[in-house]
Amino acid sequence: MTLDWLPYAVAGWVFLAGCYGLVTSRHLVHTVVCLSIVQSSTYLLLLAIGWTRGGTAPVYADIGRHRKVADPVVQAMTLTDIVVGAAVTALLLALTVQVAKRRGSVDPRELRSLEEESREERAG
Amino acid sequence: MRRQLPLVLGVLGGAALAVTGFRALAALPGAGHVPHPYGERAVADAFHHDTANAVVAVTLDQRGFDTLGEELILLAAAIGTVLLLRRLTAEAEEDAPHEYGPGEIFEGVRLVGYVLLPVTLLVGGYVVLHGHLSPGGGFQGGTVLASALYLAYLAADHRTLERLRTAGLLDTAEGLGAFGYVAIGLAGLVAGSGFLADWLPTGTVRDLRSSGTLPLLNVSIAVEVGAAFVLVVAKFLEQAILVPREEAS
Repeated sequence: MTLDWLPYAVAGWVFLAGCYGLVTSRHLVHTVVCLSIVQSSTYLLLLAIGWTRGGTAPVYADIGRHRKVADPVVQAMTLTDIVVGAAVTALLLALTVQVAKRRGSVDPRELRSLEEESREERAG
Repeated sequence: MRRQLPLVLGVLGGAALAVTGFRALAALPGAGHVPHPYGERAVADAFHHDTANAVVAVTLDQRGFDTLGEELILLAAAIGTVLLLRRLTAEAEEDAPHEYGPGEIFEGVRLVGYVLLPVTLLVGGYVVLHGHLSPGGGFQGGTVLASALYLAYLAADHRTLERLRTAGLLDTAEGLGAFGYVAIGLAGLVAGSGFLADWLPTGTVRDLRSSGTLPLLNVSIAVEVGAAFVLVVAKFLEQAILVPREEAS
């Protein structure tokens, strides 16, 4: 029995686990962390696709030109992915700080849109 | 009911995604047996430009233009974060007399900070400068260098970092890093090879002086990434340690 599909299944599992966290989240910092987990599933998928059986890292500092290596293209994409992910996380956390300060709550279920808020203010 | 709605939708969507997604993944060729036509060509091109690290060759040489976009995303995110958190600081300062929070640091932490600081700086510099030869590069090295500044912050005190920040050094480094990348690209236009195309002799593969402009690009990226990380984390720390004087005492 081969386990060729296992790396893909792990990526899918991490993706779904992150989505579950996003849906049930009760704290915005938790939501942001779940989003990074969802994103990290894409790293796993990319690296799994790039992996070659018997291959090593695509860095030729100490190996010969014709050694079997993993695909450098998907690894470079993963690098881009990580950098953009860090940038997004920083921005979202800064927004969370603002939300906590201005709305007094970081529970996504208790946050209402500005429209609803102003409508209730007018009614009350 | 309204509260349950996201959960119900999430479960339904998740189940649908699980079924279709796992079917799609099952149809992929097994891990380890995927053909890599682009990977092989990327490696050939990396050798053509005498770059030992094929990943850096892809990021900075073959996809140099994309990496420019990536750098600008990072710059925009750093600016956005600093702006979002700057207003809060101003508010807090208006509200109450404040001070920067308790400065009690364990001697052990201080010692570890002092010991690790030079090591981290050395490793960071190495990772940046050898990016085209061994695993590493500007993004990775820049992050290591940024963490060195935080060791200094732990070992000395936040005022050191504060002085660095208020001197505008970090903002300048942030801008210079991004500008450096563009400038190296534009130099290619002047030299006649094209925007972000190699215009320096590529040297010998596996030599420190190889890969043409890639080491220069790595350095400019490291400056930008390091400055961005220090700026952003400093802003968050400011939020954490900015305590009204009444509460602190």
